[in-house]
Amino acid sequence: MPRATLDRSADRKEAQLSPPRRSTRRADFRARTWVGWGFVAPALLMYAVFVLRPLFLTFEYSLYRWDGIGPSTWVGLGNYGRVFADRDLYGAILNAFELILFFSVIPVGLGLAIAATIRSIAASRLALIARTVVFLPQVIPLVAAGIAWSWLLSSTGLVNQILSAVGLGGVTRAWLGDFSTALPAVGVIGAWVLLGLCTLLLLAGMTKIDPALYEAARIDGASAWREFRSVTVPSLRQEIGVCVTVTVIAALASFDIVYIATQGGPGNTTMVPGLEIYYLAFSQREVGLASALAVVLMVLVLGCVLPIQWLTREES
Amino acid sequence: MIVTRREALTGRILLVLLMAFTVMPFVSLFVTALHPSGTYPLGLQWPDHPHWGNFVTAFRAAHMADLLGSSVLIVLGVVPASLLLATLAGFAIGHLRVVGRRLLLLTFVLGLTLPFEGIITPLYYQTRDMGLLNSRWAIILPLIGLFMPFSVYWMRAHFVNMPRDLSEGAQLDGAGVWQLFWRIHVPLAMPAISSLAILLFLWTWNQLLLAIVLVSDPTKRTVAGALGAFQGQWGTDIPLLCAGSLLILAPTLAVFIVFQRRFVASLLEGSLKG
Repeated sequence: MPRATLDRSADRKEAQLSPPRRSTRRADFRARTWVGWGFVAPALLMYAVFVLRPLFLTFEYSLYRWDGIGPSTWVGLGNYGRVFADRDLYGAILNAFELILFFSVIPVGLGLAIAATIRSIAASRLALIARTVVFLPQVIPLVAAGIAWSWLLSSTGLVNQILSAVGLGGVTRAWLGDFSTALPAVGVIGAWVLLGLCTLLLLAGMTKIDPALYEAARIDGASAWREFRSVTVPSLRQEIGVCVTVTVIAALASFDIVYIATQGGPGNTTMVPGLEIYYLAFSQREVGLASALAVVLMVLVLGCVLPIQWLTREES
Repeated sequence: MIVTRREALTGRILLVLLMAFTVMPFVSLFVTALHPSGTYPLGLQWPDHPHWGNFVTAFRAAHMADLLGSSVLIVLGVVPASLLLATLAGFAIGHLRVVGRRLLLLTFVLGLTLPFEGIITPLYYQTRDMGLLNSRWAIILPLIGLFMPFSVYWMRAHFVNMPRDLSEGAQLDGAGVWQLFWRIHVPLAMPAISSLAILLFLWTWNQLLLAIVLVSDPTKRTVAGALGAFQGQWGTDIPLLCAGSLLILAPTLAVFIVFQRRFVASLLEGSLKG
């Protein structure tokens, strides 16, 4: 509100100088602030009809038991109780958290290490080519990434071929079909998709760091590790925050990769909330339960993203 | 900057490894696509007689021409409209400073992190009640709404940094808000608008969830949605599936290679703002 008072006192000062202009400017100012609503209205309408209304309906559906066709029965918070009592449902949520390790921790950690190593040659021609190449996974449909990797990770795929070639023939298997390796294998696909993005974001952040900081560290005889810890990481607070936010959302809300690569199987070992919602709502006709899981998923995403934002933006 | 030669060398090796890791799936897809249809080739193995015809077979089997046409229609339905609505709203919130702009911005920001799965169920019943189910409108209209939070936020970030003198000068010349918007602000916003256009194109083209839930006929879906169906149909014929995947990748890859600088810049900027 101080802004409004400032405007008003400025207006007043102006009014003393030239009284006739004051009223027109005032009227003009007011007209513009309301004309603006005409500009916002179309966007707001589309957003309200196709996002806010469904969002509200998700909450409403989640309180009923409904098969999508017949009459619905009020069950209060019953559906939420089922989400947290049913091993298959909360298992999907736990899987999503396990995926954070692959979608977030590995790309951000590895991305930091790679970016720090290639920082000194960031302007070379090789690095410029690399900038384009490592971006490919961001451009292609995740569906295609899923198909390509299902093939790589299959029993006759390239991954097993390489393992056999280096004498690890004993561990080869159908990675996406094995109960113990399916979830990590899905995680590897996600890591592949997100590693390039994280590396480039962090590298872009590093090139903005004042080189004098590095010079000073070197003159003080700091080791590469010390330099990384005391100069690089603290200066990249914001970029790291962005990477973590984007990748955590990608992990919790994953759908495309799992849908293509494993469809949640074998068993339920790679089931994630997004896919479970899809199955519950459209195959098992448990619309209420699907909606309750959807609400839990949205709350989880917000619950993870808000603290990350708060922690990394604190200073600015 | 003090750079030792050893550092530069490890950097180069690491870069090459990173690129190899990124490209590996594409190479594997390509080599496999050349094997005789219906066989189970070993990972990376150049075939004795490359079957280039697989691409033609896959193109026909997947009704690729229809799919590409359908995706183009959907992109044309989503992107220009989203750009227009978002630019108008971003201008009003960022530059005109409408009454209640904080609340408006907050309302849009609320949707920034929303996973599409969160509202897909009601969206299905809503499009059904609107009689749009199984038509391309069922993908186009919800996508415009779903893209609004990011797009408005993006355009507002541009307009909020435009100097106010610019508008005041024009206002003294007697230009109305509408002319001010079209004659002065839209031309100046072109870089922001075109970056947003690239992002929206990618997100529309690659959209899977909305396509498989809201449209049951694969030839009316986006390419990504159709690829899902194609996998179900041809999942056992690996060389054909690989050929089909490559064909579906080709258009985005081509666009990416032509506009690569802009793409990389927009994507980096896009994730920083989002």
